[in-house]
Amino acid sequence: MKTIDKAVVKHVAHLARLSLSDKELEAYSSQLAAILSYISKLKEVDTENVPPTSHALSTLKNVFRIDVLKPSLNADDALANAPQKEESFFKVPQVIEGK
Amino acid sequence: MENLYSLTAHALKELMKKDGLNPSKISEDVFGRIEAVDGRVKAIVRVNKSKFSNTKSSGKLSGIPILIKDNICVKDEETTCASKILEGFRPPYDATVVKKLEEAGAVLIGKANMDEFAFGSSCETSCYGPTKNPWDLGRIPGGSSGGSAAAVAADETILALGSDTGGSIRQPAALCGVVGLKPTYGRVSRYGLIAFASSLDQIGPITKDVEDAALLLGVIAGHDEMDSTSVDIPVPDYTKSLVKDVKGMRVGVPKEYFIKGIDKEVDEAVKKAIGLLKSLGAKVAEISLPHTEYAVSAYYIVGPAEASSNLARFDGVQYGLRADRPEDMIDMYVKTRSKGFGDEAKRRILLGTYCLSTGYYDAYYLKAQKIRTRIKEDFESAFKACDCIITPTTPSPAFKIGEKTNDPLSMYLSDIFTIPANLAGIPAISIPCGFSKDGLPIGLQILAKPFDEETIFRAAYTFEQSTEYHKRKPEL
Repeated sequence: MKTIDKAVVKHVAHLARLSLSDKELEAYSSQLAAILSYISKLKEVDTENVPPTSHALSTLKNVFRIDVLKPSLNADDALANAPQKEESFFKVPQVIEGK
Repeated sequence: MENLYSLTAHALKELMKKDGLNPSKISEDVFGRIEAVDGRVKAIVRVNKSKFSNTKSSGKLSGIPILIKDNICVKDEETTCASKILEGFRPPYDATVVKKLEEAGAVLIGKANMDEFAFGSSCETSCYGPTKNPWDLGRIPGGSSGGSAAAVAADETILALGSDTGGSIRQPAALCGVVGLKPTYGRVSRYGLIAFASSLDQIGPITKDVEDAALLLGVIAGHDEMDSTSVDIPVPDYTKSLVKDVKGMRVGVPKEYFIKGIDKEVDEAVKKAIGLLKSLGAKVAEISLPHTEYAVSAYYIVGPAEASSNLARFDGVQYGLRADRPEDMIDMYVKTRSKGFGDEAKRRILLGTYCLSTGYYDAYYLKAQKIRTRIKEDFESAFKACDCIITPTTPSPAFKIGEKTNDPLSMYLSDIFTIPANLAGIPAISIPCGFSKDGLPIGLQILAKPFDEETIFRAAYTFEQSTEYHKRKPEL
């Protein structure tokens, strides 16, 4: 398995929308390298032809329901925790160019 | 008379029924206990005084105080996962377990401290600071449900709820000398549990004895249409499994759990416990779970991968923290998340994102899911020859605060015996089975087939009723 260095950690942090200080970058690089090196023991196990388990129970099946109208969260309650809101919307910084 | 706060739920029910004990006396007594000791234990992050009375007088938990882990939503009561990023969040709805508790008449006294987003084994990653182990205030209570377990051990509540993704109920229960059960995946609805790893998370009871665990599981278990992974099979009356008899019960003891590096006193206490069950008529046999040594590795791929995806929702838009003066949308996400998440949360997000990223998915996530199949198969074949499996809950008693904070890998390895049950989805309990020379509790883990909590309760009850460990209390 491949290992991890500062450049990779920086890239991954960007994917996860995190910015790291130089100190954090240093610490995470060495800690993640140690964790990944421990994890690499999985290579020892032959998993050719083993199906992956994404869910612990074999009883799971698709769950359907009848499409009927039911009461749901109203807009005021849904917006009650918003850091910023306007009318019945969550307000965020501008994303479209222009005025 | 004993203090009410030191009693179990079933003893208090008896007092209310037979002696006409007024339930408001119980919550008053518990509140007094919190005032007296929580300054030192720091198990509780918020007392919900508005919830101090529940007028429903006929339910199974009528008048019984319960503490809720802070990752379970209680309508209009702040719920933070012990993270700065959720400071001030008041859920607009109740978790299904909370609804069921209120319908059963329970009194929701407050929220318990925890590792941030349940990422940790020591309660040290909480944004509120660590909870202390009531048996030794210089030590950790375990985690991530450390606040719940410490509060039960310190008699700051009668019952508590925790959540368990890799041992977060059982490990703190073991280290605090109380009972903690992770039910079968799908037994209890996860609706309103703030997600860590959706294929592993399960809510469960933390209590003073096995009978209370059976009582509480009976209240919270069951199918819920709001959680499509909850399973629609009937909930048995678990109190019927409280039978002091293990004659003929086939108990498997996996050799892979008694390895080099396990604490000598833990090893001895667990072996002595197995000997006791044998003397009571259980048929004990050594078994093998050959993929045990790969469980931690598989878990630290699957868990963080799912967590990194689940935690993408904390972006400053709908709730919680938003960083000041962002330059644009992306900058708002980055600043908010970098400021709001603590050190361990960032570490797991990075690890999970890495394992899921292009070029690494097959080598890590897919490989881990295949190992998960192997671990599941290990248990399936073991349960052909035994009714339950007994192991230590943890490799050592509680460690010192600060001892492992700079070494995440050694912290991760403290969950080595609890992780396999989550990967396989099977139920498992931890009950007290002894004390170290320093007076620290030691836990015994009992595992069974999916949806066979009844065998666990029977074995656990028999052991408990034949010993005195659950009666010992810490001095505070």
